[in-house]
Parts: sequence; C-alpha cells; structure tokens
Amino acid sequence: MITLSNVHKSFNGNIVLNGVNLTISEGEMLALIGRSGIGKSVLLKHIVGLIKPDAGDILIDGININRLRGKELEAIRKRFGFLFQEGALFDSLTVYDNVAFPLREKTSLSEEMIREKVFCELENMGLEKDAHKYPAELSGGMRKRAALARAMVMQPSIMLFDEPTTGLDPIIGQSILNYIQACHKRGGFTGIIVTHDVPRVFSIVQRIAMLHDGNIILIGTYEHIIQEKNPIFEQFLSGNLNGPLTYS
Amino acid sequence: MKPAGVVRAIGRTTIRNIACLGHYGLFLLTSLFWLFTSPLKIRRIIEQISFIGVKSTIIVLLTGAFTGMVLALQAFYALNKFGGESLLGPTVALALIRELGPVVSALMVTGRAGSALASEIGIMRITEQIDAMEIMAVNPYRYIIVPNIVAAIIAFPVLGAFFSLIGIWGGYVVGVEILGLSAGTYFGEMTNYLDMQDIRMGIYKSLSFGLIVSWICCYKGYFTSYGAKGVGNATTQAVVVSSVLILIWDYFVTSIFV
Ligand SMILES: Nc1ncnc2c1ncn2[C@@H]1O[C@H](COP(=O)(O)OP(=O)(O)OP(=O)(O)O)[C@@H](O)[C@H]1O
Ligand SMILES: [Mg+2]
Repeated sequence: MITLSNVHKSFNGNIVLNGVNLTISEGEMLALIGRSGIGKSVLLKHIVGLIKPDAGDILIDGININRLRGKELEAIRKRFGFLFQEGALFDSLTVYDNVAFPLREKTSLSEEMIREKVFCELENMGLEKDAHKYPAELSGGMRKRAALARAMVMQPSIMLFDEPTTGLDPIIGQSILNYIQACHKRGGFTGIIVTHDVPRVFSIVQRIAMLHDGNIILIGTYEHIIQEKNPIFEQFLSGNLNGPLTYS
Repeated sequence: MKPAGVVRAIGRTTIRNIACLGHYGLFLLTSLFWLFTSPLKIRRIIEQISFIGVKSTIIVLLTGAFTGMVLALQAFYALNKFGGESLLGPTVALALIRELGPVVSALMVTGRAGSALASEIGIMRITEQIDAMEIMAVNPYRYIIVPNIVAAIIAFPVLGAFFSLIGIWGGYVVGVEILGLSAGTYFGEMTNYLDMQDIRMGIYKSLSFGLIVSWICCYKGYFTSYGAKGVGNATTQAVVVSSVLILIWDYFVTSIFV
C-alpha cells in the first residue's frame, strides 16, 4: 500500500504539490492524469524517494521512505520498477545490457538465465531484433519500450509508469497497455500509470486520479468520476479549448 | 553600500564558499568510503583505465617528447654560460621526473579525459541515468565514481613515467644528436645525480594528481546543473579547477619534499 499524506513541494517558489493526499491499495492500478507541467512526474518521483517533500509523508506499507538509509532503502527500492518519462536508458550500454543491468547487479543469476529473461522481456516489447543496438540508435518509441523492459524485468511488486505510451503509434500503444494489464493480472503488482492516453487507459485501471493545481481534485472509478460531471475533468477529456482550463 | 552591508556580503560569500568546500570534501569522503568498503568493479575499472589512460598515451608521448627537446635546448643555453654542458642530462632528467612529467602529463590528461569525464557524468545526471541507478538500488558512487578514481590513480603515474621517459629521449636527441654532446656524458651523469627519492616524488605527485583530477571532474559532472548549458559549464569548470589545483598542490608537495 502506498500512502501520500499532505505532501508539499515547491521549486524556487513555484508550488507544484500543495498538500497531496493519495492512497493506493495493494494490487490496485491507478491512472494519474493531469495537464502537462502540473507535477505528475514530480509526484511519482516522491514515491520512490528521488525527490524529498518539503512537508508531508510518503509511506510504503507503512514505512516512511524518506527516513530510510542504506540497506533498508535498498531493500525497499528493489520492490520498485520505475519507467522514466524519458527512458533514462544507460547510453553506454546496448539495449540488451540495459535490460540485463538490474539482473546482473542485483541477482546472482547465471548469464544464461539472464539471457533468457532479457529476451523474454524484449520479445514482449517487440524489440528482440534490436537487442544489440545502443539507445542513441533507437527511435523514441523503441527507447520507451526498452526502458519499459528494463523496469519490468525484475518483476517488481510496485510499478510506476511515467507515460508508457507517449510517442508510440496507436497499435503499439495499445499492445503495451494490454501487456501491462496482463502483467498486472498475472503478477498482481501495485501500479500507477501517469498518462495522457485518455480515455484508452481507463480500461486497464481500477481508479483514476486527476492532479490539478497541486492537489488531487478527483479520484475514483471511471463510472464514479463520469457521474461527478467535474467541469475540469470533462474539458480535459474532450480537449475543448473553452472551459475552466485555459491555454497558458 | 553601508559598512554593515559590506560585512554582511563578505560574511555571506565566506559562508557559501566554506559550505561549497565542505560539499567537495563530503563527495570525496563518500567516494573513498565506498572505495574501501565494497568490492571493486574490476570491469568498470579496466574500461576507465582504457578511457583515461590508454587513450591518452599518444598525446602524452607527443607532448613529452617536445617538452624534453625544448628543455634540453634551454638548459644547454643556460649551462653553456658557465661551461656546465656536461650536466645537461641530469638537468633534463631531474626537471622531467620531479616536475614536468607529473604536472604536464596531468594537465594534458585533464584536458583530454577529465573534461570528457565531467560531461559524460553530467549527461548521465541530466538524462536521469543516475536516478535510474539509484532506483535499481545500484550505488552510483560504486558504479561510476569509484572506478574513475581508481583508474586515474593507476593511469596517472604510468602516463607521468611515459612522459618523463620520452622527454629524456627527446633531450637526448637535441643534446647528443643536434648539439653534439656525447651520449656517455648525457646518460652517465644522469645516474650520478638522480636519486630514488626523485623518482618517488614524481610518483607521489602523479598519484595525488590522479586523485585530484578524478575527484574534481566527477564532482562537477555529478552535481551539474540542468541543460546542455549546465553540462558545458560543469565541463569547463572541471578542467579549470583541476588544472589550478594541480599547480597549487604541486608547489606544496615540492616545498615539503625539498
Ligand atoms: N528538478 C526540478 N527543478 C525545478 N523545477 C522542477 C523540477 N522538476 C520539475 N519541476 C517543475 O515542476 C513542475 C511539474 O513538472 P512535472 O515534470 O512533474 O510535470 P508533468 O505533470 O509530469 O508534465 P508532463 O505531462 O509534461 O510530463 C513544472 O513546472 C516543472 O518546471
Ligand atoms: Mg511528466
């Protein structure tokens, strides 16, 4: 279970999170939506302790991640898989070595076992032919899928996806969503998907949360949210230029 | 500006600079902590020795040869004034082994590899590769910083020795082949005047320069500010600060050992 309670964060006076409260229960998949630049990536990084909150607590199964050091922090980090928005692939390593990296560093598997796992993951992403390439030689979408393969290969119990389908064509995008859903059903990880891929993503998540002006203004199941007729959410979904959200 | 304002400004600058020094020191201590408390990543170290050391060999040999040659020309000119040409060999060798070998080779490697190191680590920082490592519970100090420090500490003395050796050869070319000294005088006098102490001092210097350069360049890259501009600044500062520190530290070591 992941709990954020009253999380505040600002960068040089620019308030990004203003008292966020959010609870995600074990095995749940949540979609986090919101406008560009509103702080979705920042929120995700708080959960893994990459960014420290100015105030408030982040609890993973009741443990405050910002109080952990050394071995304990390492132990909890091993439970996370994190897909960075920009991939964050190691540019000095090939796709294969990137995906193999966590296995080599954090497990004592033999090189054959690693090879098997890596190729299994790469095949799921449709990248088995590109294993020997370096990140710089890949297209944006391929990079994203390679990063996804690296995030998933350790079969983490908490998966945080920062825009898994941005930059992919609709067909690959759908297949990635299906794959995430299948993994979720099979492995039962707890997951957060940050995405602009609405409404498509709604079919693979249990709940939807919308971040706006530093707060979660809306959270619930799709049916529940639709009934609320929140003008911000409705405009966000329709992409209408007229409404409470303005282009700025 | 009022006097109080001046005092306040001076105080603030001083505090900021001391805090900054503390930050540098902390980085070094953390790196050394991981160096001594966890198994080394041998493969990464070998890669970095190749990057810092092997790939700098050509440039070090080239600059070493010409430094030795010009040194011989200059020393011959000076020694000739009081008929001391026979001491050309030891003069060239002492200058190279004690000073120029370690210092100039370190400056060359800083320009070639130190800058690349800073920008590479800086790019890893701004593209979130370092964050990715942290999330995978891989310690970036162990994986990135320590191998570079170890590689530099190994590579610098070797490069410094190459520099001195080829420089002595360059001095031989000028002194013996061009200026007409006998080879016996050039090399014979060298063994009379050169001590183990001199060689040891050259090695100490190279070792410490290796530590300084890898420390500063890794630090600048690791804590780069964002954007291409941030990495560019980090790279420039890494080279400037390393070079200045090399020269200052060189003076201290020389003054202590003499
Ligand atoms: N390291 C940082 N330093 C300063 N400001 C930052 C930093 N990281 C994020 N911000 C600011 O925080 C705000 C939220 O950024 P964030 O990346 O979380 O947006 P986002 O919701 O993920 O947007 P997008 O959908 O475009 O990815 C932005 O205004 C950004 O400028
Ligand atoms: Mg984002």
